[in-house]
Amino acid sequence: MFGKLSLEAVPYDQPIIMVTVAAIVLGGLGMTGAITYFKKWGYLWKEWITSIDHKKLGIMYFIVALVMLIRGFADALMMRSQLAMASAGAEGFLPPSHYDQIFTAHGVIMIFFVAMPMVIGLMNLVVPLQIGARDVAFPFLNNLSFWLFAAGVILVNVSLFVGEFAKTGWLAYAPLSGLDYSPGVGVDYWIWALQISGIGTTMTGINFFVTIIKMRTKGMTMFRLPIFTWTSLCANVLIIASFPILTATIALLTLDRYLGMHFFTTDLGGNMMMYVNLIWAWGHPEVYILILPAFGVFSEVIATFAKKRLFGYNTMVWATVAITILSFVVWLHHFFTMGAGANVNAFFGIMTMIIAIPTGVKIFNWLFTMYRGRLEITSPVLWTLGFIITFTIGGMTGVMLSVPAANFVLHNSLFVIAHFHNVIIGGVVFGMMAGLTYWFPKAFGFTLNEKWGKRSFWCWITGFYVAFMPLYVLSFFGAVRRMQSYNNPEWQPLMIVAWVGALIIAAGIACTLIQFYVSIRDRKQNEDVSGDPWDARTLEWATSSPAPFYNFAHLPEVSSVDGFWEAKKANGGVPPISEPPYQDIHMPKNTWEGPVIALFATIFGFALVWHIWWLAIAGGIGMFATFMARIFNDDVDYYVPAAEVERIEREHRQRLKQKGDLAHSTRLEMQS
Amino acid sequence: MSGSHTSHDNSHGSVKSYVTGLILSIVLTVIPFGVVMSGDFSPLAMVGVITVTAVLQVLVQLVLFMHMSAKTDEGWNLTSFVFAVAILVLVIGGSLWIMHHLNLNMMIG
Amino acid sequence: MATDTLSNQGHAHGHDQDHHDDHHDTAGTKLFGFWVYLMSDLVIFGSLFATFAVLLKGTAGGPTPGEIFELPFVLVETFLLLFSSFTYGMAVLAMNANQTAKVSRWLWITFVLGASFVAMEVYEFQHLIHEGFGPDRSAFLSAFFTLVGTHGLHVTFGLIWILVMLVQLKKKGLNDVTRPRIMCLSLFWHFLDIVWICVFSFVYLMGVL
Repeated sequence: MFGKLSLEAVPYDQPIIMVTVAAIVLGGLGMTGAITYFKKWGYLWKEWITSIDHKKLGIMYFIVALVMLIRGFADALMMRSQLAMASAGAEGFLPPSHYDQIFTAHGVIMIFFVAMPMVIGLMNLVVPLQIGARDVAFPFLNNLSFWLFAAGVILVNVSLFVGEFAKTGWLAYAPLSGLDYSPGVGVDYWIWALQISGIGTTMTGINFFVTIIKMRTKGMTMFRLPIFTWTSLCANVLIIASFPILTATIALLTLDRYLGMHFFTTDLGGNMMMYVNLIWAWGHPEVYILILPAFGVFSEVIATFAKKRLFGYNTMVWATVAITILSFVVWLHHFFTMGAGANVNAFFGIMTMIIAIPTGVKIFNWLFTMYRGRLEITSPVLWTLGFIITFTIGGMTGVMLSVPAANFVLHNSLFVIAHFHNVIIGGVVFGMMAGLTYWFPKAFGFTLNEKWGKRSFWCWITGFYVAFMPLYVLSFFGAVRRMQSYNNPEWQPLMIVAWVGALIIAAGIACTLIQFYVSIRDRKQNEDVSGDPWDARTLEWATSSPAPFYNFAHLPEVSSVDGFWEAKKANGGVPPISEPPYQDIHMPKNTWEGPVIALFATIFGFALVWHIWWLAIAGGIGMFATFMARIFNDDVDYYVPAAEVERIEREHRQRLKQKGDLAHSTRLEMQS
Repeated sequence: MSGSHTSHDNSHGSVKSYVTGLILSIVLTVIPFGVVMSGDFSPLAMVGVITVTAVLQVLVQLVLFMHMSAKTDEGWNLTSFVFAVAILVLVIGGSLWIMHHLNLNMMIG
Repeated sequence: MATDTLSNQGHAHGHDQDHHDDHHDTAGTKLFGFWVYLMSDLVIFGSLFATFAVLLKGTAGGPTPGEIFELPFVLVETFLLLFSSFTYGMAVLAMNANQTAKVSRWLWITFVLGASFVAMEVYEFQHLIHEGFGPDRSAFLSAFFTLVGTHGLHVTFGLIWILVMLVQLKKKGLNDVTRPRIMCLSLFWHFLDIVWICVFSFVYLMGVL
């Protein structure tokens, strides 16, 4: 009746989990109670859950990502604590079976449920505004993509207290992830969480690619796109081209586990090396999906705060395109040691070194943008400067790893861990923090507190170096990754230093949380009235903050790069505001089908994990039926009356007049 | 509002283009089947015939059935297809090359 | 006035023209979006083809391709699918000529041809499983069943889609919603025939060599 599921699936004997679960349940009940008490369910359903508004979806992606950051970072703290203790015979507090789930969950959560949604969240919020569009090409699909992602989040969190998670590492290599060596439900949770959210991601890739190609406003040729949009375009191309490989590979593993097939088994002709090959053919483009939009953020931030046009726009574009294509010819560098031999290794090693070149071009272009500019050291700029230094170091260790002979020594050592955290934290995390600060006012109508933003940065960058430089050193002593304990007591001091580094980063996260609290508390003082708090260059700043749901009353027209900057120059340095007459605006309606399909997908995934076949079938039918409801739903769009548009625009104009900002530049003072 | 526009007429095809596509496809199907089922050729020749006819038939159907052209969607239709094929060549070709060497070096028996 | 730079566009067009442009644009956007989705589907099939090529020799004492592939059977399947591609083309031509009843008729014929293809494939699979040559027998068979089966599943979804369009045509006729859907299904259906070309060439024909 319930497949493999029984009450024994709850890990009563693991206090850390039970306490966490209790906290989550209490917190959840509290929130649910509060929402009910303040009668906000209708508001939530209408304004957020069923929303097809790309700005709201972007906010939701980012909020979920920040919540998952807490869990992923808790995993990190536990690992650092364990390693600070488990030296020369001491067992620490995490037995291997638990430790293995933690490092697996840490990787899966950080990549799929923190970094990806942050990137996708920023793309959602910003890209349609930057290209002067009203929404994405396929708003329903956008909503569905978010909720499928949420389904994955739910599954990975449910695995914490019902059953277990995979113990295989974040990529679940075969044959360890096969039925013979992982007979439990952990790998199945991994499979369905990633498969379901992966479908959502692929849809996002298609959606944004078509949006950028097809829905650019008048005059915005490809070479007038803002750089963040260019990097988003390339990231989406990577998603479309690479995620199907992930989908296929996970499907093959699923067939091995559920139907007894032999793709990656150790017997009957299976070839587990093909799993490693395929998963990295996806995995390498994946890291470029994460880093390219971060590069885009840095380009926007530097140009804005240096008050200078980005140096070398064309070369930036070509460098990004080059990285996109090259990211498909390097993937073997993740398994030099698997045994393909010298020729194959040499080719991929050289290609990996080559891909560093366009990245280097970008770094120089950022430096040249800052040179002879008047760089204002705001927190987004701090994140950017921190990135340039940190990512460059991480990139260099990457080039070291790309030498196959060196790789044979360094593979699976802490050097690899240090390298990829170097580039992911220095690149992706710093980029997302910069983007968060930079675009926060556009999303919410007030700026974040600068003081706490800077404190967060200094904690992060200090904490990063204190946490990860020791790992480079330890790797030269022979320390490997994924180890729950070690014999050599000489390693312990450095492990303790690394643990302190993690604590400093934790302080950085705390600063960000405090920053949110303080900013919300002080939002009236930090109000962004004009919509252009940084005196920036691109079209998203041409709207109010937050932007109206239809984005632009009149679709803008541009005739150069940084069209908004040019328009301000021609308007006495002030953002132009819309004038009547207005027209009816065609907008999509909200959708209940998106969240409901995802709900059935969650049930479907959970049921398959526990082999509850009747429930899985029910979930599948539910998904299909809801999708059919959508297909037969004719009531999917409407026209916003011109009078309504006029009312909203007039309100914005009146606010501008009230705050006396109409005639002046609208720079808000940065509190420092 | 009928929805058919002159600018798109050549991208919608005609009975003639579909019939041509059908006949060409039939020919390009019968040839490789005939070659393999007869068994009268060397394996290398058969591989060559199969590959060439397959590629040709794919192109026939892309152009005559799916109306792929450099004009659709300002060329993005063709560009995205070419890019997808390039990725396929890299990933499939690369995988075959890699796996061949891995099998050579690492698989016992 | 400088405000004109960023505010224009709506002025010249009347209400109706905007709506017309909207729908005209939406259909083209939908079609392009579906084409891009097909490119991603191409990569899924590519991964499955690569896996098949790698596992081709993994017969583990079980049957080899030559021992289980029946080429005449596959030739019939091929013609069924090929003709169904042609009949779908006829359906689209009828749509362009606004002949709703004709569209439905051609869609029905396409459905029958496609369903026959799937039936033949199901028969082939069931026959193999019955002989003990199911996908769990060896890596080669796993790859074969999965690659060909994935294609067959796609065709099945296409058949369901044809049925849905038949219902929608009956209820709403040809309009701005049903036309793009028929065009997208057209792309899907032809795409599946193109993938089949690769299947019969590189799986069945080459497998037998």
